Order: sequence, then structure tokens, then C-alpha cells
Amino acid sequence: MVATRAGTGHPRTRKRALKKRTLKKALRAYWRQYLAISPFYVLFAVFMLGPVLFSLFLAFHKWDGLGPMEFVGLQNFRFMVKDSLFWQSLTNTFAIWFLSTIPMLLLALVLAAMLNSSVRFGGFYRVAYFIPNVTSIVAIAIFFGSVFANQVGLVNVVLQWLHVGTVGWLTDSFAIKLVISALITWQWTGYNAIIYLAGMQAISSELYEAARIDGAGPVKCFLKITLPLLRPVILFTVIMSAIGGMQTFTEPQVLFGTVDATNPDTGGPGHAGLTTVLYLYREAFNFNQLGYGAAIAWALFLVILLFTVINWRLIAGSGRRDR
Amino acid sequence: MSQAVSDQGVPMTGAAHRANRAKRVNQRARSLKRAKRIALHVLLVFGTLVSVFPFYWTAVMATNTTEDMYRNPPALVPGPHLVRNVQRVFDNVDFMGSLLNTIIVACATTFLVLLIDSLAAFTFAKYEFPGNRMLFRFLLLTLMLPAQLSLIPRFVLMVELGWAGSLSSLIFPGVANAFGIFLLRQYIQNSVPDDLLQAARLDGCGFLRQYWHVALPAIRPGLAFLGIYTFITAWNDYAWPLVALVDPEKVTLQVALARLNTAHHTDYSMVMAGTLLAVLPLVVVFVLFARQFIRDVMKGALRG
Repeated sequence: MVATRAGTGHPRTRKRALKKRTLKKALRAYWRQYLAISPFYVLFAVFMLGPVLFSLFLAFHKWDGLGPMEFVGLQNFRFMVKDSLFWQSLTNTFAIWFLSTIPMLLLALVLAAMLNSSVRFGGFYRVAYFIPNVTSIVAIAIFFGSVFANQVGLVNVVLQWLHVGTVGWLTDSFAIKLVISALITWQWTGYNAIIYLAGMQAISSELYEAARIDGAGPVKCFLKITLPLLRPVILFTVIMSAIGGMQTFTEPQVLFGTVDATNPDTGGPGHAGLTTVLYLYREAFNFNQLGYGAAIAWALFLVILLFTVINWRLIAGSGRRDR
Repeated sequence: MSQAVSDQGVPMTGAAHRANRAKRVNQRARSLKRAKRIALHVLLVFGTLVSVFPFYWTAVMATNTTEDMYRNPPALVPGPHLVRNVQRVFDNVDFMGSLLNTIIVACATTFLVLLIDSLAAFTFAKYEFPGNRMLFRFLLLTLMLPAQLSLIPRFVLMVELGWAGSLSSLIFPGVANAFGIFLLRQYIQNSVPDDLLQAARLDGCGFLRQYWHVALPAIRPGLAFLGIYTFITAWNDYAWPLVALVDPEKVTLQVALARLNTAHHTDYSMVMAGTLLAVLPLVVVFVLFARQFIRDVMKGALRG
């Protein structure tokens, strides 16, 4: 019926009606398929898209979670620009990311190269290196907290034996970042090594044989063949570690998240371990500043986007220049 | 120049001399190779020790008294106090209750993810229907949204729904898993031939029966991988349960563990006994499936 009416109408209405008709037809013919994929879209709309849109709305409001919402325009963002604690949290996040990612990816490359030399017990080593990645961050953070404890932690006990001075691992501003970075490095090195190993095994062995005939040693082979061919895999790991690193939360939360007499600052003494997500958690759920928390979340999202693009350019771009 | 002398000190002929030199060069190359191999293993074993040491040291702390750890030098090997420490864990937190909550959440999430994702993956892999490309592209786009963006508003939603504090608030958000659909779609494309589906269709199998009887059995390895991955992620999740579980009586293992640490963090042996109990089951289960799991991670890395 719709179709006959549309047939005589304006071209644009006709087109729209045609679309409507094909949609109806498609729905009738493929309702099983649409039904089969619908749970994902429904759940995504309810638990992800809806909340994300609401948080955009929230970022322009002042709200304590109970009373009425008050529209404040850009005030949350204006406050953020002047909020030194926000900037400190961002610097902390980048510092921890840098201190963990560089050793993590370098170690992973070395480990992968060693595993790739068709060593015996390779399967055993792979499992051993992967185990940290499936261990809960809470458990690891508790473990690191005890091992790096200032007085009785194993690390300081060993340093005393060696007659080197002890370090205030959980009080010094830089040491705090080192401990959190060490934790992340321990957890993710094996995972990245496995990813690199997969990339290395995909490189044809003929390339290496040809290079060997030309007189290239193992180091030269690694630098001239393995690394360039591994570039897309390295790009993948850098971007994944950047996205993960920018959202570091559990490690500092478990170590320094609870504020009490001995730990007055969230994120440890002087807020040294306060990451941006921990900061937004504090603003939203400890101080009931839900609007400001949402604004921080959006700012961080933009930072992650920008950072990903920069990483992409740096690694993918330098590859183009080489060729 | 002295004459070439063999190992026995007897002058040698030219041929024997050459053979001997070749043998020595060969020997040296072989011993060099062996030395290299040993050095490689030394490094790899060292890496393994770094990887595994925290588990050993957690066990040491969990099986000694806290006083043993405060002594100088501290206890370095496992002691006899595990049962006592575990008893104190049970006295301080509802360990079994939170363990049960974690098992419920992890199992329910895994089951729903496998069901929903495999059904959607099968549809995307094997059916052409209007909008399928666009819908799939949108699905991949959802992977770009970072979790922290939805932390606050999702909590508001849970309060509105009256779900805050309930286990449902942990299960359902985790089920919208685009990664799983993407992964299983590739498994189906690779291991379910169209001919087989055509044959099933001719035998009168409808959409659902093709999915259940043809596609699902063929992608068991993919389901196993996604299942283990989802289970581990759900088991270890902390940020969202910390926010969503407003009822202090009803928490998951990770939240209970963090709380135990906050309240008693100087009582190392007890906190570590709790940590050991929380970590060990998952690690043991993982080790059982680890080789296949890591092989799948490597396969996935090549696609990505």
C-alpha cells in the first residue's frame, strides 16, 4: 500500500518509501539473522553507548549523584585546565607508561629472539613467561607492596645485606613510579614476547639463510631483517601498551588508593602514584563530583586518541621513510 | 717453523694433518655451539625465575608467621603455618562467599559471551543480509571506546536500574564483547565450509540447527580460547566491581582481597595466604590449558 502511494509521489518520497519497503522486506526475509546479532547491539546500546553519551552530557553539568543536575557549560573543563592535580596525574600516567613500556618491549624482543632460536623446552618457557599475564593485578600489587615495603620488604633487606642504602620505595616520588612500572613490566613482558615470537616465526627462514650466505652475523640479521619485518607487530604492541598504560588504575589504587592517617594523599605521598583514572575515580566516587569525573574521562579519551595517532605516525611513518 | 705434530707427538702425513685440523675446528665449533646453547638456557631460566619468583615468595610469606618475615634475616623457605594463616583470612573476610560470587560472575559471563558471540559470529560469517557490512564495521568501531569512559555513567545506570550491588551489574556489561564476535567469525570462516552448510540446508536444517549442529562443533578450539580468555578476564576484573558492588557484604574475590590488604597490610602472612588462595586456582587451571591457549594467542597476533 505504501508502495503504490509512493509510486505517484515526489521522487524523494518515493526513494524513501522504497528504502522503507526494502527494509521491511529484508526484515521479513532475514529476521532470524537480525535476531541472532541483536543481543550484542542491544547490550552495547544499554551498557556502553547509552552511558558514554550520558557521560558527555554529564561533563557539562555539576552533579553530586543525588540532588538535581546543574548545567554549568564549560566550567568543568575550565577548572580542569587550572587544576594542578589533574596535570600531575597526567604526568604521572605518562611517566609510569614510559618507565614500564620501554624496558617491557625491549626485554620482550630479547626474550622472543631467544625463544625463536628453536631452543629446547620452548613450550615450557612460553608458559612460564605468560603466567604473570593471567595473574590478578590486585594480587600482584599486594605482592609488590610487601616486597617493596620500606622497613621489612625483601628488596630493602637484600639492599641492607649488600650494604647499599635502603630506598623508600613506597614514599619517594620517583621510587613509587618505579615500583608501579616494575609491576606492569613484570606482568606484560611475557605477553609481548609471545606476540613478537609469533611475528618472528612468520618471517621466512630463507631470508636469514640468504643473509648468512652474504656473511651477516646473528646481530646484523636481527637488526636488518627481524626488526624491519616486525614493525607492524611492534606498532601493535606500542599502541596496545599506550592505550592500556593511559588507563592504569588498579596498581596504584591497590597500593595507594585508600586514604587514611598514614596515607593522606590518594596515589601515595605527594600524589606521586596518582594516575588520571585513579584521579577521576577519586573525584567521582570519593568526592561525589560526578560531572567533573566525566569531564576528566573525556579529556583522557582525547589524550589517548591523540597519543595513539602520534605513536602510529612515529612508527608507521618512519617505516615509509626507510623505503 | 716446527713440524706439524699430532696429539701423540708423531709426525703426520699431509692428509692426516688436514683431517685432524678439520676435526679440531669442528670440535671447537661444536663446543662453541654448546656453550652458546647453555648460555641461552641460563638466560631463559633466569627469566623463568623472575617470572615465577613472586609465586614462590607469596607461598613463603603465606606459610610463615608475620614475625618470621619481620626477623632479620627473614624466613626464606616455606614454613608450617599455612593452615593457621588461612584460618585468619576466613575470620577477617567472607572468603568463601566472595569466591562463590566470583565463580558465579565468571561462569555466567563466559557462558553468555560464548552463546551470544558465536551466534552473531556465525551470522556475520555465513550470511549476506542488507546492512551486514555496515553493522560489522560498527561492531569493530566499538572496540575503540575505552572502558574508563563508561565507568561513571554506567554506575549511574546501575543505580537507576536498581542493580547496583548485584552480581547482574557485573555480568551483563561484560557480555557486549565485540572482540569475541570478531575472533569467532574468523574461526568460522576458516573451519566451516559453505558446502557443509549447503548439505545441511538440503537435509532440512534451518538457521538455528546449522548453527548448533554444524558451526559450533567445528569451532570448538575457538570457543575454548574465547571461553578461557573471558573467564580469566572476569575473574581478575577489579575496577568495575569496586565501583558497582556498593554492598560491603557482597563482593568478589579481588575486591575482598584488596580490602583485606587495606585493613591488615602489615600482617603479611595473613594477607599473602589470602592472595595465594585467590591466585592459585586460576593459575593451576591456566597451566593445564596454557600450551594451546598461547598457540591461539600467537595465531591471533598474526591476524591483528
